[in-house]
Amino acid sequence: MEHNVEQKLHQLDNLFNEQENMQSDDLRDHIVSRIYTSSQDLTNKSVAYSNKKVSWLDENLDKILTSKAFGFPIMLLMLGVVIYLTIAGANYPGVVIAEAFATVEDWLTALFQWLQAPDWLYGILIEGFYRGTSWVVSVMLPPMAIFFPMFALLENFGYLPRVAFNLDRFFKKSGAHGKQSLTMAMGFGCNAAAVMSSRIVESPRERMLAILTNNFVPCNGRWPLLILLAGLFMAAGFSGGMNTFISAAVVVGIVLFGVIMTLFVSWALSKTLLRGVPSHYTLELPPYRKPKIWNTIVRATLDKSWFVLKRAVIVAAPASVITWILANIFIADLSILEHVAGFFDPFAQAIGLDGFILMAFILGFPANEIVLPILLMGYLSTGSMIEVDNLNDLKQIFLDHGWTWLTALNMMLFSLLHYPCGTTMLNIWKETKSPKWTFAAFALPTAIAITVTFTIAQIVRGLGLV
Amino acid sequence: MSHTIALAGNPNTGKSTLFNLLTGLKQHTGNWPGKTVVRAEGELKTDNHIYQVIDLPGTYSLYSNSADEEVARDFIIFEKPDITLVVVDATSLDRNLNLALQVFEMTSNAILCINLIDEARRKGIHIDKEELSRQLGIPVILISAREKIGIIQLLKTIDQMIDGKIQTHPFQVQYADEVEQKIHELQPKIQAIFGDSLPSRWLSLRLLDGDKQLLEALKAYIRDPNFVHSQQQLVKGDCCHGA
Amino acid sequence: MIEGKPIYQYQVGDQLQITSIKLKNVMRRRLLDLGFVPGVTIEVVQKSPLGDPVAFKVFHTTIALRKEESSLIYAKKMNREVI
Ligand SMILES: Nc1nc2c(ncn2[C@@H]2O[C@H](COP(=O)(O)OP(=O)(O)OP(=O)(O)O)[C@@H](O)[C@H]2O)c(=O)[nH]1
Ligand SMILES: [Mg+2]
Repeated sequence: MEHNVEQKLHQLDNLFNEQENMQSDDLRDHIVSRIYTSSQDLTNKSVAYSNKKVSWLDENLDKILTSKAFGFPIMLLMLGVVIYLTIAGANYPGVVIAEAFATVEDWLTALFQWLQAPDWLYGILIEGFYRGTSWVVSVMLPPMAIFFPMFALLENFGYLPRVAFNLDRFFKKSGAHGKQSLTMAMGFGCNAAAVMSSRIVESPRERMLAILTNNFVPCNGRWPLLILLAGLFMAAGFSGGMNTFISAAVVVGIVLFGVIMTLFVSWALSKTLLRGVPSHYTLELPPYRKPKIWNTIVRATLDKSWFVLKRAVIVAAPASVITWILANIFIADLSILEHVAGFFDPFAQAIGLDGFILMAFILGFPANEIVLPILLMGYLSTGSMIEVDNLNDLKQIFLDHGWTWLTALNMMLFSLLHYPCGTTMLNIWKETKSPKWTFAAFALPTAIAITVTFTIAQIVRGLGLV
Repeated sequence: MSHTIALAGNPNTGKSTLFNLLTGLKQHTGNWPGKTVVRAEGELKTDNHIYQVIDLPGTYSLYSNSADEEVARDFIIFEKPDITLVVVDATSLDRNLNLALQVFEMTSNAILCINLIDEARRKGIHIDKEELSRQLGIPVILISAREKIGIIQLLKTIDQMIDGKIQTHPFQVQYADEVEQKIHELQPKIQAIFGDSLPSRWLSLRLLDGDKQLLEALKAYIRDPNFVHSQQQLVKGDCCHGA
Repeated sequence: MIEGKPIYQYQVGDQLQITSIKLKNVMRRRLLDLGFVPGVTIEVVQKSPLGDPVAFKVFHTTIALRKEESSLIYAKKMNREVI
């Protein structure tokens, strides 16, 4: 049997080697062109193209969407409009959901009192678990349930490959692959999924670039943080529509900063660790297709809502329980949470944050969604989260802890730039199978996040702007 | 016993949309080539049979230029699905047939699914499926996975094929005499090694073309005919969430 | 002697017939698979905002290529209507 296998392997090798004289580009050209002539013959006999003129849009949309004059402005406009509508639309349902949660909490509280449940149980279950989950749901759900249907419409329409087409030149200059913009677009949804989607980049070097830089695109766990802080701090002083507009502009700015960072880091890596020239590139631009609008919206909304709910229960719930416990076990007269925050504080202050924020990012490693809830739990001395039915209360909590617009800006930037979440790290490991690169995917963004926030903090303080 | 159906085809031809329709699952779809990167599996029940449906990543060819192409190729060659549905785009049939013809060199259990027929009609493209089917020697079905057109016909054809009621003689591309001569010489030698377990004409051609990656896969196959199965780890839907 | 000039140098709207492909290995294969086969008719359809890449219509599909590749595909201009 063994002998048989060896013999077959040997025979196969011989057969292969004997053909060396045939194996050439000419033969390949011949094979492929024969196949193409055959398929043309076949279609000539069975396919008729009537003279019916396709609609003007089919033929000419690209002349606008990828034109010199309008290509970039339209892209920016689309991004702006999508974010604007997300912020504008999310306010109202957010409040409604939060109020619903608050009502249910009142009932639950009454129930616990009636059962004469012990305080610690009430603390863990209601103040930890229930509030943590409801926080994530009411802050995450509305913007994501608005953003992603719009995104899905653009995706099904066929706009994403045009973005890749427009931006390719920049990626080429950075030594990266044009399809990296497609993986970045996936990153808006979820960096972990985007890391897998980087398989569409065929060459290993450019694929690695796409993987290592993907978290500079904010994912659905980070959008709400950006939106919230932009609204509370960066657009403070404006009200109504103007507030929404400024918030949207700030968020767009943050996204663009992430894109620039992606290009810069890709470029730097191409010159150093991942040296090499851009490899080959081909990109198909499919015809625009009118999406099934209603289907797409319903599907994307349900999908995303389900996703957020699932994350809230799987990750946010245990995290809020742990945080509640840490905040309620006291050593001397400070809780464990406060001890830890105090330990981080000097360093955090240097990068314009504070110990609680940094700790929230660390505890938020499993999922970016929970950074904000953990932070709030930390801030409130009782260790339990506030009810979220009022954003002004929220801002007051931040202000009470010494926040300025610099704190908000740096928190947004740190969120944008810092290490990928746990799930993403896992996928990076699966995709690269390399401890070295997985570590790089962690260390590189973190170093950048620290450098950027440190620099900004020093400059702003140096100039006396805060 | 359930049968396997593989969905192969160029990127962005609606394979995942068809997959979702057949299996009731929710693979992500999107109008850009490369949306699906990991293979997905689902179940289809018809009146008579149960099928395991596999959504393969879209590829432009099966010549091992990239990892995706190897995944698709290995699946068709080594896992030998009972039926390979070649999903093609009705609006660019000539380019799409390129891959279909390659599949026909590898297996004769194939059905040509011409998808996006709604788009083609809108654009004034008329496809004579009887003529095409006659030429290709396999069933040809016009469908729209999104508008749910032609699906019943497709399911019927699948069942008939499994029941042995349809004989296929897939169209084989003819190469230059010199190449055909070589194939002719090689075929018996290939058969001596693999018997009838792998398509010998196709293998001969790939050897002539000097496909090194395939050579490696073949060696692995000789050592362990089940290697593909163990190697192709299934990553099923739920790890994370694309937009 | 190479017939025609690189497809990169033609203008949007030009109908071309591919004469030869000067690329090697994987990239050559990839382009062949996409339909950039000598003898085939293509059309220059769209330049990206920064001039590179350029999109070509080939076999009823639109494929964008960077200058690196499209300057190694040679074609001559045609007068006939493209397929
Ligand atoms: N009009 C129309 N659109 C369709 C049809 N089938 C699919 N589509 C659309 O075509 C696009 C591509 O569909 P997918 O199912 O993602 O294609 P795929 O073959 O899985 O693509 P890859 O995973 O990239 O290989 C989506 O936007 C679908 O909505 C159809 O029959 N008619
Ligand atoms: Mg797919």
